[in-house]
Amino acid sequence: MTKTGIGASVKRKEDQRFITGNGQYTDDVSRPGHVHAYFLRSPHAHAVIRRLDIAAAKGAPGVLGVFTGDDLAADKIGGLICGWMIHSKDGSAMKAGAHPALAQGKVRYVGDHVAVVIAETLAEARDGAEKIIVDYEVLPAVIDTAGAQAAKTQLHDVAPRNTVFEWAIGDKAATEAAFGAAHHVTKIDLVNNRLVPNAMEPRAAIGEYDPGQGAYTLWTTSQNPHVARLVLSAFIGIAPENKLRVIAPDVGGGFGSKIFIYAEETVAVWASKKVGRPVKWVSDRTEAFLSDAHGRDHVTHAELAMDAKGKILGLRVKTIANLGAYLSTFSSSVPTYLYATLLSGQYDIPAIYAEVDAVYTNTAPVDAYRGAGRPEATFVVERIIETAARQMGLDPADLRKRNFVRKFPHQTPVIMMYDAGDYRASLDKAMEIADVKGFGKRKREAARRGRLRGLGYSTYIEACGIAPSQAVGSLGAGVGLWESAEVRVNPTGSVEVLTGSHAHGQGHETTFAQLVSERLGVPMESINIVHGDTDKVQFGMGTYGSRSGAVGMSAIVKALDKVEAKAKKVAAHLLEASEADIDFKDGKFTVKGTDKSVAFADVALNAYVAHKFPTSEIEPGLKEGAFYDPTNFTFPAGCHICEVEIDPETGVTEIANYTAVDDFGVLINPMIVEGQVHGGIAQGIGQALTEGAVYDASGQLLTASYMDYCMPRADNLPSFKLGFTETRCPSNPLGIKGCGEAGAIAAPAAVMNAMTDALGTEAVTMPATPQAVWKVAQSQQKLAAAE
Amino acid sequence: MYAFTYLRPGSVRGASKALATKENAKLLAGGQTLLPTMKQRLASPDHIVDLSQIDDLKNIEQKGRRIVIGAMATHASVASSALVRDNIPALAALAGGIGDPAVRHRGTIGGSVANNDPAADYPAAVLALGATIHTNKRKIAADEFFAGLFTTALEEDEVITKITFPMPSRAAYQKFRNPASRYALVGVFVAKRGRDIRVTVTGAGSNGVFRWSAAEAALSKRFSVKSLEGLSISASGLNGDIHASPEYRAHLIAVMTARAVAAA
Ligand SMILES: Cc1cc2nc3c(=O)[nH]c(=O)nc-3n(C[C@H](O)[C@H](O)[C@H](O)COP(=O)(O)OP(=O)(O)OC[C@H]3O[C@@H](n4cnc5c(N)ncnc54)[C@H](O)[C@@H]3O)c2cc1C
Repeated sequence: MTKTGIGASVKRKEDQRFITGNGQYTDDVSRPGHVHAYFLRSPHAHAVIRRLDIAAAKGAPGVLGVFTGDDLAADKIGGLICGWMIHSKDGSAMKAGAHPALAQGKVRYVGDHVAVVIAETLAEARDGAEKIIVDYEVLPAVIDTAGAQAAKTQLHDVAPRNTVFEWAIGDKAATEAAFGAAHHVTKIDLVNNRLVPNAMEPRAAIGEYDPGQGAYTLWTTSQNPHVARLVLSAFIGIAPENKLRVIAPDVGGGFGSKIFIYAEETVAVWASKKVGRPVKWVSDRTEAFLSDAHGRDHVTHAELAMDAKGKILGLRVKTIANLGAYLSTFSSSVPTYLYATLLSGQYDIPAIYAEVDAVYTNTAPVDAYRGAGRPEATFVVERIIETAARQMGLDPADLRKRNFVRKFPHQTPVIMMYDAGDYRASLDKAMEIADVKGFGKRKREAARRGRLRGLGYSTYIEACGIAPSQAVGSLGAGVGLWESAEVRVNPTGSVEVLTGSHAHGQGHETTFAQLVSERLGVPMESINIVHGDTDKVQFGMGTYGSRSGAVGMSAIVKALDKVEAKAKKVAAHLLEASEADIDFKDGKFTVKGTDKSVAFADVALNAYVAHKFPTSEIEPGLKEGAFYDPTNFTFPAGCHICEVEIDPETGVTEIANYTAVDDFGVLINPMIVEGQVHGGIAQGIGQALTEGAVYDASGQLLTASYMDYCMPRADNLPSFKLGFTETRCPSNPLGIKGCGEAGAIAAPAAVMNAMTDALGTEAVTMPATPQAVWKVAQSQQKLAAAE
Repeated sequence: MYAFTYLRPGSVRGASKALATKENAKLLAGGQTLLPTMKQRLASPDHIVDLSQIDDLKNIEQKGRRIVIGAMATHASVASSALVRDNIPALAALAGGIGDPAVRHRGTIGGSVANNDPAADYPAAVLALGATIHTNKRKIAADEFFAGLFTTALEEDEVITKITFPMPSRAAYQKFRNPASRYALVGVFVAKRGRDIRVTVTGAGSNGVFRWSAAEAALSKRFSVKSLEGLSISASGLNGDIHASPEYRAHLIAVMTARAVAAA
């Protein structure tokens, strides 16, 4: 390992600019004469717009334009799309209700877009919006996930019973048979609470139209600028792709919420031509709560069939997934292929059958949020196995060991083919680090202080590096999920890598450079990672699903292979040796068995000068591109162990210990990986203990600011104990699996298994706030008193 | 935020005059409550009268057995004042537990007390310690000052200038934080001064801060946690929201009171 190569904890290159305030975020972009957009949003969850009078707003000071859904329709601007087709059990296509960027006659959630006002200043735009007169005929709202299908009110004409699809996976008959043969059946009901993503940087956009070129530029907070361009061009119809440039500059966190193509950037870029000025929109925090795509929101009933020895025979699951008022860009894939395909967990389960009904409600759209489907799956599998162990009087770690998949590759009953792993190794290591043996003593000691202590496991698995284009295509994806890279070696030997991955906190500028540094022997400071601009980068599918390492870096490897092959040819001419005799190591080309060598930078210069080789045989220059499509998903897995301590008097929970042992395959930069794990665990603990979006019965979002929506903070979290195990991923050249989501996937189940252990009942729901825990502790005490 | 006219008088008299004569005028202290409401367009004063240039409002001093705190003293300056820490440590601790560092360095005692947010911390201390609120016009006893949600005895053109706190022999504040906002979900201040024992509760009452007289009576017999055993408060008249039902708040009042007595 070199000091900056693969495996080195190199400090993040990008942080210097971020922590000194020199980042360039979308809101930092100023265009000459830019003006401001303000969206008038629906105050009602469900209403017909009887009258929309914009005349007074149009005449308000500073106002340049007021636009409504009619104006978009007149310009043939299409609605927002959902790019993943799901078919119901009966073969019918999912029911996608129209999703106009600005309402057409109806609003379907609080925060839905009614009109946009564009003015010289933001204050004038807001003043203008106050002059818009809207007559709403308020309709009853459908809010409850479990009750949506039975509700009398229907959101979209195309979707009876507010049902988007009724989908299923697995072998129903085999699963029924497994249950018929069961010695013990464990049943649980779970709610996976709705979350608001809360990226530190709110969404923003600035659109500009260049009449000379007849072309648009859109700066936007996107995790995948090329996908945004594709959707805005091919589906929404803003402009042909060659007339639309999308730039996602520095982006301050996404967690999935910035994958999607929203109304605001669509309108901002379209309106820039209408008003003849660049148009800027920056979300405020309340708008973010109301209109960023939310995450999770499942209601699930699950049953696990066991034989007498604790071997799992089958699993059946019924989930209702709330997709909100409209289908967001990838929403349909989340509770289906990203969820139910992981219901086998780390276990050898012969039969699985899962049904998922997706429903519309008058709430913000729900889509992928850190982990996307996999936290929901892990929560089901890990809560039910822990519950089964308790019911059968078995040790939860032993029960897991009995059921772990041991042979690879392993075909699960729900599509996935696990390629490599050692689940026992991560469990053993986590138990050792967490000192599970000493838990009994710690519990007794806590009891003496009046505290309830509990311990819970989560042996999670996820499918990352999403992934093989054919596979996702066959499952309904509208796009391929490969990645592209271009490696440009400059004549002086410095290197630019153009990647289709997009960094919004992950540290690609460091980790990708580490790969190049190791491969080409070029120092870190001579390597630039270029991303986030459709005019610079050839193409890209963006960053989500922990795919930048496994897929994005693999594309770079492929391009580096080509660069090395070509450089060898040039070096052979320079060294007057045959190409087959050239070795490349530590930035030097050498001739086998001699002391003749030439440095990489000299080869680069010669490649461009092209004096010393026949250009009829070798093209000048040193620049190669590659598209990489993996052969499988990757399967990071591991074991998290959480220990909580509860004050039954107040219901306050303290995370006393948190251990995570993860197998991410090969680590490029362990420090960055640890950072990803820390952040993920924090979000997972947030889901378990503090966070939850709450709508009241009329559809008002009660948690629309930090006064009521509780993000986890440093004082909610312990110092995490991390460990790693390593099995190489066989399906990409670097052997890496991805680490961006594991924490958020594993943690909720680990925490809730600890909570239910401490409280002695499974009836604890997320978020386990002090009030919720106090109520459970109260009823437990009453039960105990009655006994 | 809507446009407004900004005024910065150099004296309390000037501030009071501006309040009386300018249309729809509001005092600005630390701005930690007023500015967010203005940004959300929930408040739209035409004139803002900034108190920040009136230096003598920032003093903290001792006068006999009393600590006098200027209305413009920030939470951070109260928390770090040696006078307050030595003589009424419970008050310094309370100030140090308000919001976050940014809030504590801008927010003021006068603004907090004038605002009388039902979840604010200071009202509990002011009432429990039997403090006196001084204005440009008069002195108001704490018992007369707090008049319900966001309502006080202050008149339109009245400016709080300082607050005098008698020194207690024992006092403590226990705050159960709203997990999200970190305001008081329930805050209990217990103070003993001679034979006068007060237990005040903030965060819970649907009319703002109040005295829990049953607990005061129980502690008057003997100032000890034991005296509180079996004592509970009715949930009726308490606030309920997504973070805490009235029943949970009632329970927490008893728990926090016992903890405050133990800490005092
Ligand atoms: C993120 C955050 C967290 C917070 N957490 C807490 C908390 O945990 N506990 C808590 O108690 N508070 C909390 N606060 C509120 C904070 O303590 C404020 O300081 C306080 O509510 C108002 O004080 P201010 O000086 O900022 O007043 P301003 O906002 O300037 O004014 C508030 C009101 O008082 C009036 N006013 C101001 N000064 C005077 C005066 N001298 N005479 C008469 N009227 C006056 C103003 O006209 C206005 O109506 C928090 C605030 C924020 C933003």
